[in-house]
Amino acid sequence: MNPKPPATMQTTPWESELTSRLTERYGQAISEFSAYLGQNFLIAEPDAVPDLLEFLRDEEEFDMLTDLTAVHFPKREEQFEIVYILYSFSQNVRLRVKTRIKEGQKPQTVVPVHPTANWMEREVYDMFGIEFAGHPDLRRILMPDDWTGHPMRRDSALSNMDERWVQENLGIESGH
Amino acid sequence: MTQTAETYLDKTELVLNMGPQHPSTHGVLRVILKLDGETVNGTDCVIGYLHRGIEKLAEARTYPGFAPYVDRLDYIAAVSNSMAYCLTVEKLIGAEVPARAQAVRVILTELNRIASHLLWLGTHALDIGAITPLFLTMREREFVLDIYERYFGARLTTHAFRIGGLPRDIYDGFQKDVLDFCDYFIPKVDEYAQLLTGNRIWVDRLTGVGVLNVADCKAYGVTGPMIRAAGLAWDLRKALPYSGYEQYDFNIPTCENGDTFDRYIVRMEEMRESVKICRQAVANLPDGPVMGKVARVLKPPIGEAYVGIEAPKGELGFYIVSDGTTNPYRVRVRPPSFINLQALDKMSKGALVADLVAIIGTLDIVLGEVDR
Repeated sequence: MNPKPPATMQTTPWESELTSRLTERYGQAISEFSAYLGQNFLIAEPDAVPDLLEFLRDEEEFDMLTDLTAVHFPKREEQFEIVYILYSFSQNVRLRVKTRIKEGQKPQTVVPVHPTANWMEREVYDMFGIEFAGHPDLRRILMPDDWTGHPMRRDSALSNMDERWVQENLGIESGH
Repeated sequence: MTQTAETYLDKTELVLNMGPQHPSTHGVLRVILKLDGETVNGTDCVIGYLHRGIEKLAEARTYPGFAPYVDRLDYIAAVSNSMAYCLTVEKLIGAEVPARAQAVRVILTELNRIASHLLWLGTHALDIGAITPLFLTMREREFVLDIYERYFGARLTTHAFRIGGLPRDIYDGFQKDVLDFCDYFIPKVDEYAQLLTGNRIWVDRLTGVGVLNVADCKAYGVTGPMIRAAGLAWDLRKALPYSGYEQYDFNIPTCENGDTFDRYIVRMEEMRESVKICRQAVANLPDGPVMGKVARVLKPPIGEAYVGIEAPKGELGFYIVSDGTTNPYRVRVRPPSFINLQALDKMSKGALVADLVAIIGTLDIVLGEVDR
């Protein structure tokens, strides 16, 4: 019988010159510096993220936003985790910036810092219903414009669909 | 009927739909064009026609059970998708992939890069008006698909790799097939170059069209051949090597101008480099098992990982969150086509409608991956 696997993510603390510079600048706004499987990440307050990403881009050479996505944890108080995956060409390292928000909370957009975030934030809005404050063009991107619901939420079942939309646009009874 | 001053003819800006059913959009892509005469003032992409909710489907599948689905993302380069997915899950569970499996994976993904670039070259040339290259590139791509058919039993959606290694050892004569293809293929690349590189029409249609410099590429997250054509020698196979790429000797082709012609040159050279990698991998193919030690029921510990690879179209990444059960809690695909397509607006501002066709072609998008 194998030992029971750990019930939390087994992270190791991450300390470097970068983390001390960030702590100095942001203080309490960054609550955690960790590494998991050799991949570094930090957890920041939602309000601090646009400035943090700009600082990382201009001063620390994390000049590409590789990806921006979200994960839904319906049982937590802060339901959504938004993940920004950054890459630095000059240092050849990746860094994940994470932030946690509640249902209905509107994080600031990072489009002014990284234009590539435009479609990524639209996708997060489409799939999770997270509205980014200040986004220049926040519309659905993959789902139809008049669809109701946000399919990537964990409490939305795989078979869930907008039956009104399917009825009106495809003219079929869905599923039942 | 009298026309009011507000009719389209009097307006300087004309709104026109291109697609979703249009031969040069390479699938169901709809681009809303804002035109001033023949000049493109702005574009708005409407995507999602092919959205199948692959990321959502992952949550209802086991880790090995989801592997065949990733082939349906970029179906031109299904083997690369499989590589990225397997590497990410292997990172989560800490599996070691045997050296032989790594080398075979490299051969098969490099062949896939060639097949993907061939399809791009043929259709791109067809969009511009050169019909012959399509027949030639399809002919050569067939040889790659034949090798796939012999090994995987499938030509397009191959379900190439398993978590921890390969589904089976290579068949007898695999090395000979690959080397035969390598020998056969290099003169064919010269043949395409002879048809296109010095061709006056080809050069005039592509030079200076859809320029994207390195700073723009970084800002828009544009990767792969497009950032290399702009002049940055950045390739994940060299920058963050995976699957043993550090042992192979190959160059990163780059250009300077970042226009459509440079992207053509870069992709052509990449096919030659892929042949070099295939030859080295076959020559040094290690012996041994092709499957690592992996539990029969996969339950990665609670955690998360992001792994990106150099797919033919750019950086393809998987971000997987595990909650300790047999199914992934969240699978996020970082699709190069989706993110590169976003730069279309930037690249096509001020271009002509005919150039837009060249720009969509040079982006090398696959709508299966854009829409997921």
